[in-house]
Amino acid sequence: MAEQPRTILEKIWDDHVVASDPGAPAILAIDLHLVHEVTSPQAFTGLRERGLKIRKPGQTVATADHSIPTLDPSLPIADELARKQLAQIEENCREFGIPFHGKGSPTRGIVHVIGPELGLTQPGMTIVCGDSHTATHGAFGALAFGIGTSEIEMVLATQTLLQRKPKTFRVEVTGRLQPGVGAKDIILALIARIGIGGGTGHVFEYTSSAIRALSMEERMTVCNMSIEGGARAGLIAPDETTFAYLKGRKFAPQGAAWDAAVARWRKLPTDAGATYDRTIVIDGDRLEPMVTYGTNPGMGVAVTGQIPALSDVEPGARDDLERALAYMGLEAGSSIAGRKLDVVFIGSCTNGRIEDMRAAASVLRGRHVADGLRVLVVPGSQQVKAQAESEGLDEVFRAAGAEWRESGCSMCIAMNGDQLEPGEYGISTSNRNFQGRQGKGGRTFLASPLTAAASAVTGVVTDPRTLVAAPQSSAVEAH
Amino acid sequence: MSEPFARVTSRVISIPRANIDTDQICPARFLKITDKANLADALFFDWRFTPDGKRREPVSFIDEPVNAGRQILLAGDNFGAGSSREHAPWALRAWGIRAIVSTSFADIFSGNALKNALLPIVVSAERLAALQALVATAPDGEWIVDLEAQTVTLPSGESFAFAIDPFARTMILAGTDEIGYVRSKLPAIEAWEATHPARVDTREGAAAR
Repeated sequence: MAEQPRTILEKIWDDHVVASDPGAPAILAIDLHLVHEVTSPQAFTGLRERGLKIRKPGQTVATADHSIPTLDPSLPIADELARKQLAQIEENCREFGIPFHGKGSPTRGIVHVIGPELGLTQPGMTIVCGDSHTATHGAFGALAFGIGTSEIEMVLATQTLLQRKPKTFRVEVTGRLQPGVGAKDIILALIARIGIGGGTGHVFEYTSSAIRALSMEERMTVCNMSIEGGARAGLIAPDETTFAYLKGRKFAPQGAAWDAAVARWRKLPTDAGATYDRTIVIDGDRLEPMVTYGTNPGMGVAVTGQIPALSDVEPGARDDLERALAYMGLEAGSSIAGRKLDVVFIGSCTNGRIEDMRAAASVLRGRHVADGLRVLVVPGSQQVKAQAESEGLDEVFRAAGAEWRESGCSMCIAMNGDQLEPGEYGISTSNRNFQGRQGKGGRTFLASPLTAAASAVTGVVTDPRTLVAAPQSSAVEAH
Repeated sequence: MSEPFARVTSRVISIPRANIDTDQICPARFLKITDKANLADALFFDWRFTPDGKRREPVSFIDEPVNAGRQILLAGDNFGAGSSREHAPWALRAWGIRAIVSTSFADIFSGNALKNALLPIVVSAERLAALQALVATAPDGEWIVDLEAQTVTLPSGESFAFAIDPFARTMILAGTDEIGYVRSKLPAIEAWEATHPARVDTREGAAAR
């Protein structure tokens, strides 16, 4: 009897349902639980109050990324609350027996950067973390999603979660990306199309030629921002690119276990004839570098385009647009390119991996950042930092007048002292441009590492194709 | 653990804007706490205070004396977009909100809210517009949100039904949480684990097993 064709989401789901009572959500087994300092302390308190231990410390791993300073790690942490929070995660991990990649560890970093680079993130897994950008791990063909602190406590206590099965949403990205256009532009274009609530209740599966051509780092960038499109998770079926990335990594299976794992992973991709609840097609050939102009990630346009006029949007969205533009100090209908900048931030779980560092360095090599601009380059992990330094990228950034920091979430969430000042404009490779996200009163343009680096050179929002095409040693003037 | 919760009778605060994200509900710099204390003060903080810490003039709706003690929020589409921080529903609950009526809620926020006995009540776009108009004309009318009956009753006596996850409803009515339920299923979980070996061991030195 032929089996019903299934999507990759349905296969992973079916593979992890432990039990389901009528009327109740399914009990879903969790393969890997990632923990960081900000959303976990109250969950550990809950465990203590219940007198419970952690059920599976070997399927749990912790790091410190959100509130940790990116300055010289030998300096004391100035912010007393951050210092206490960082001490708390260390103590909780010691007490409950959780492996901790903390301050001073060469494997510390943003939780969504270290999981993949350590080989902990693997196809077919269920992966959760008290962080909405857990969707990143979906790049490996895992079902990975963010959870709240109550759910963290549940996973610590039971290694399962109560979940209702999400709907499926296929995002086909056809064709081939043009030079200067990257993974960040795909995801910003998707969110601009469907809005930040467009994927609510669904899990995205990204398919087709433009996705297949992406490296693992780029796939992580796409999946990372699934949540900005409203989907709690986004995934990409594993293929040879996935296996090549994972092979030999510290926690990846070895020897015969590797062969068995790859054989299992090859069965994950969506079957021919499987159906999705929704589908959207994005023409990859026609994508351009994207920049956001507003106060949510769906308010984005091509860097060559204009901020919408009030008449361009539906009547119901006009208030939102007017409020956003008032906060941003921008005019409806004006060009996005050429907007003056104060700060450039290159980093985060969206774009803080080694390829992002290389992309930014490729633009900044032999060039200098614009006068008066503050440019922060923050690697996503200590391993990314070490790799970048071994390639001399830190020297490229310093020579260009940018700051090169220790790893962490940094200015993406502005909890560690790295932040925009009120009224400042920053172009950022991170994932959220909400009001105050990067510092009280700060104003964010989201963009790719290439676009951010090009803008760092000119001091204004800049189409990277105007610089990438030019000889890298030539002087470049602001336009 | 929370107290059993079945109904709330209250006047309503209307925020007629869409996409209210968790960075507005509870800004990230208030996430450095290791407990749940003082979050009521963090609620919508940047709407209430200027970047240099002065209370905005005129004061934000949340600081208007007339809104003190109101427990029902009426908000635009996609409430709670953004991060997974449970601090957002904690802050709303700490301030006193028990139910939020909107056309949709972000997935993670909605789950977090239910775990804190904060009711996300979904209505149609037409109903939302009618309710916003109602609050605009009758700002001091009391509504009754009844979880047991799954109805909202308006000041006129007219009422409408709402859907809510039946399992979450049971938990909230009983004032219990899910961990006890799942722990009662531990034999099933252990049986599953016996046939599904762990895919990874995060402890040092375990990779070459």
